[in-house]
Amino acid sequence: MAIKLTVNGRSSTVDVPPDTPLLWVIRDELNLHGTKYGCGIGQCGACTVHLGGQPVRSCMTPVSAAANAHITTIEGLAPEAAAPLRQAWVEMDVPQCGYCQAGQIMSAVALLAKHPNPTDQDIDEAMNGNLCRCGTYVRIRKAIHRAAAAKQQAEQNPDHEGGVSSRALAQVGVVNS
Amino acid sequence: MVVTRRSFLHVTALAGGGMFLGFYTEPKAKAQRQQPPVDPKAFIKIAPDGTVTLMARNPESGQGVKTMLPMLIAEELDVDWRKVKIEQADLNTKEYGLQTTGGSRAVSNNWVPMRQVGAAGRQMLIEAAAKTWGVPASECYASNGRVYHRLTDRSLGYGELAGKAATMPAPDLNSVKLKDAASYAIIGQSHPNVDTADITHGKPIYSIDFTLPGMLYAVYQKCPVYGGKVVSANLDEIKKMPGVRYAFVVDHPIDLGPVMESDPGLEPGVAIVADKWWQAQSARKKLNVKWDEGPGAQQSSANFAVRAQEFSKQSPQRSLRNDGDVEKALKGSAKVIEAAYSYPFISHAPLEPRNCTARFKNGKLEMWSNTQQPARGRALVSKVTGIPEDDITIHMVRAGGSFGRGLYSDYMCEVAWIAKQIGVPVKLLWSREDDMGHDYYRPGGFHFLQAGVDPAGRLIAWRDHFVSFGEGDKFSPTAGITPGEFPSGFVPNFSLGSSVMPLYLKTGALRAPGANALSFVMQSFIDELAHAAGKDPIEFRLALLGEPGHPIVEKAAKPKVEHEPSPTPAGKRLQAYDADRMKAVVQAVAERSGWGKRQLPERTGLGVAFHYSFQGYVAHVAEVTVHPNNAVKVNKFWACVDIGNQIINPSGAEAQVQGAIMDGLSELMHQEITLENGRVVQSNYNQFQLARTRQAPDIEVHFVKSDNEPTGLGEPALPPVIPAVCNAIFAATGQRVRALPLANHGFTWA
Repeated sequence: MAIKLTVNGRSSTVDVPPDTPLLWVIRDELNLHGTKYGCGIGQCGACTVHLGGQPVRSCMTPVSAAANAHITTIEGLAPEAAAPLRQAWVEMDVPQCGYCQAGQIMSAVALLAKHPNPTDQDIDEAMNGNLCRCGTYVRIRKAIHRAAAAKQQAEQNPDHEGGVSSRALAQVGVVNS
Repeated sequence: MVVTRRSFLHVTALAGGGMFLGFYTEPKAKAQRQQPPVDPKAFIKIAPDGTVTLMARNPESGQGVKTMLPMLIAEELDVDWRKVKIEQADLNTKEYGLQTTGGSRAVSNNWVPMRQVGAAGRQMLIEAAAKTWGVPASECYASNGRVYHRLTDRSLGYGELAGKAATMPAPDLNSVKLKDAASYAIIGQSHPNVDTADITHGKPIYSIDFTLPGMLYAVYQKCPVYGGKVVSANLDEIKKMPGVRYAFVVDHPIDLGPVMESDPGLEPGVAIVADKWWQAQSARKKLNVKWDEGPGAQQSSANFAVRAQEFSKQSPQRSLRNDGDVEKALKGSAKVIEAAYSYPFISHAPLEPRNCTARFKNGKLEMWSNTQQPARGRALVSKVTGIPEDDITIHMVRAGGSFGRGLYSDYMCEVAWIAKQIGVPVKLLWSREDDMGHDYYRPGGFHFLQAGVDPAGRLIAWRDHFVSFGEGDKFSPTAGITPGEFPSGFVPNFSLGSSVMPLYLKTGALRAPGANALSFVMQSFIDELAHAAGKDPIEFRLALLGEPGHPIVEKAAKPKVEHEPSPTPAGKRLQAYDADRMKAVVQAVAERSGWGKRQLPERTGLGVAFHYSFQGYVAHVAEVTVHPNNAVKVNKFWACVDIGNQIINPSGAEAQVQGAIMDGLSELMHQEITLENGRVVQSNYNQFQLARTRQAPDIEVHFVKSDNEPTGLGEPALPPVIPAVCNAIFAATGQRVRALPLANHGFTWA
C-alpha cells in the first residue's frame, strides 16, 4: 500500500503494509539510520522520533498513523533546537557506546521545547522512557542543564554566534569533575 | 601486546610522499600462551598536508578504546589531538597483534607499546628534519606536529618530513625514549569520545547501520530450548510471504552435553531471508517449527534451587582449598554465623541486538561485525563454514554496547552460513527476543556459608560450599570459583568446596565475570560478620585485610579471572592480592563518604564493599534510603579506585565507573533470567529491566594513585556496587538481602 510521508520536511511515498512500524520504514525504506532499534515494544526509547513535534516510539507507531503528520528524526532536527544539546553532549562527553543517544537527544529536544529551564524532576519525567545500557544518565542530566543554559543565553544575546562548528566541537574541553 | 627486544619499526612510503609507520615484532619462537604471534603494524599515517591519522586497533563498544589507545600514540608523537584523525582498524592480527576487547586489558596491553609507536614516529621525524637541515638531531625537538631547530628557529611540519622519514631506518622500539609523565599534554587530560559528534547527529556508524548494495535481511529462528533441533518447518508457506526470498533449515549439529565444552558457534535453526528486515520478521510470526528439544527441556530454575538445597546438606563434591582447621576453629568461635546466598542467571542485553553483515563471493567471505573478539569470530566462522581463515575478512564496526556479549560469535556463524548458502549480501539482525533468549548468560550460583569470629571480633573461620553448574571437575563457562577468591588467604581457617549440576545452556563472560556475582556474596557475608562481631563494617574489613606485611596476606592469591592477562614477567609480585592497595581505597572511600561522621536521616544507611578484579582495586560506599513501603532510593555513591599511577583519559575513566554503578543497580533490582521447561522466560526489557534515569544517584569518583603501571577499568568498578547497596539497605532497615534480585523480596525503586 502506498503511503505518503513527510520526514524531515521531505515528502516521499513508501509502498509497505500499513501496520509496518514507522521505525522500519525510516531505517530500511528511507535509509535514515540514526533512529535505532532496541526492543520493538516501546521500552527503550532508542527509536524515538517526533511526530508533529511530540516524541513517540517509532517501533510501536504503525506507519499509517504517521501518514499525515510531520515526522522528524535525529538527522532532521532544527539546528537551533539541537545544536546546544549536541554541544553539551560533547562537552560533557556523554556517550559511551552511544547507541541510545539519538533517542535521548530526541527526547531532550522535546523537553527543552516544553521546559526551557527544566528541573531534575522535569528531566527524570521526560527522559524516563529512554534506556541507557551504559548508564550515562548522570551526564545526560548535566548536559541537558548545560544545553538549557546555553540556549537561553543564545536567545538573550542574539548576536552571539549560534550553531556549533566542527572546530568549536573539537576545541571543547571536557570538564573533569 | 608484548613488545620484545626483537621489535623494530616498520616503515613504508605512502603514495604521495606520506609515511606509514608501525612496529613489527617478529613472531616468537615459542608463541606466548595467551596471545597470537604479533606481527607488523598498529600505525600512524601522515599525509603530505600534515594530516595525521592514527589507527585504533581494538573493537569499540563504548569502553572508550577508540579514543584512549590513539591518545597514547598521539602523546608521544607530539601532535595536536584536536587535529588527529582516528580510524578503526580491521582485523589483521599480523599487523595489529591482539585485537580483542575483554578483561579490561586495553590499558595494560597497550600502555607501553602504543607510546613506543608514537615515540618512534617522533624520533624518525626529528631525524628527518635534522638530516634536511644538516644539523645534529639533538638540536631539534618536536611539538604539535612540527620539528624545530633550537638554534635557528627553523621548523618543518610533519607532512613535509613524512616522505623523508619514511625512507629512514626505524629505531628499535625498546630504544626509544618515552616522555616523563610530568610533560604529558594529552595523557591525563579529558578528551571526549572521538565519535561523539557523529553519534549526536545520528550518523550511521554502528554495525546495525551498515548496508551493502543489493543486501537482503535475515532472521534466524532457533529452538527456544538451547540445542534443540529442527524436525520440520512450514517452509513452503513461509516462502510465499511478502518479500521472502529464501527460507531454509540449518541442520548443524552441536556438541550438547551437561557442560558446554566449547562455543557451539552455529546452533540449528531456520533462516528466513527477505528484501527487508520487517518482512523477514513478519514472516517468522507465521513460522511453525516442530522441534526436537533435547535434554535441556527438563530444566527449570526452580529445580536448580531444589538441587542446590540438597547439595547443601552433603559434603562438597570437590575441595578447592583448605587452610588451617575450619571445624575446630568454628567450635572455638565466640560467634558462628550461617547464611545461604544466591544469585540468578542474567543476560548481557546490550541495546544493539546482535547483528552482522556478510558477503560471500568467489569463495571469499567478507563480514562487518560488532564483535569484541574478531579473531575468534573468524576462527569459528571458518570452522563452521569450511571457508579458510585466509579467505575471511572481518571489518570491525562500532558496537552499541557489548558487556562481554560480543566475545561470542554465534550470530557471525549464522550470517556466514546464510551468506554462503544464498550467495547474496545479507544482514542478519536478531530481534530483542532472540538476543535475550539466546545469550551466553552469566551463570547463577549458590553459596552455603559458615563463619566464626573470635571474642576479639576477628574473623577466624570461613567455610563456603559453592553450588554451581558443570560436570565432574569442570565448571560451566564462567560458573567457577578460584581458590584465591577473597577472603581466601586472609582467614587462618578457610575451606572452599564445590558441587555442580548439569546445565544445558550457554553461559559466558558478562562484565567482570565471576566477580560480578561473587562480590555480592563475599562482601555481604563479611558485612554480616562485622555486625555479628559488633564491629564497624569498615574497621572489620581493614582488620581482615591485615597489617602491612602480615604473613597471611602473602598466602593470598589474586583470584584468576577469565580473560585476565597473565602477570607481566617483571611482576610476579602482581599475583599477590595487594592488601595495602585495597586498604588505601577502603580508607579513601571512608573519608570521602564521611563514614561514621555524619548524622543520617531515618531509614537511611551507608553500606561499604570492596573488590579486586581485572587488576583494579575498588571500594564503594552507597547511601541508601529505604521507605516504609520498601521503595529504595540510592542517594549517593562514592567510588574510590586504584588502577595505577596514571589515568589516561579522566573523563572516560570516570564514565566507566559511573556506568558500572548504574549497571550494578540494574542487576541488583530487577535482573533475573529464569528457565521453565528449558526455556528462558524473559524476552524483553519489560521483563528484564534496566535502571532508568530517575534511579541515577549522585556519583563521586575518586582515583587513588598508586605506584603501579596503569590498568583497565571496564570491569573492576562493577562488582562491589551490589553489595555496597545491600549493606546500606541493612544499615537502613536491618533487613539482609541474601538472594538477588531485590524485586523478588518486595523492593522497588522509589
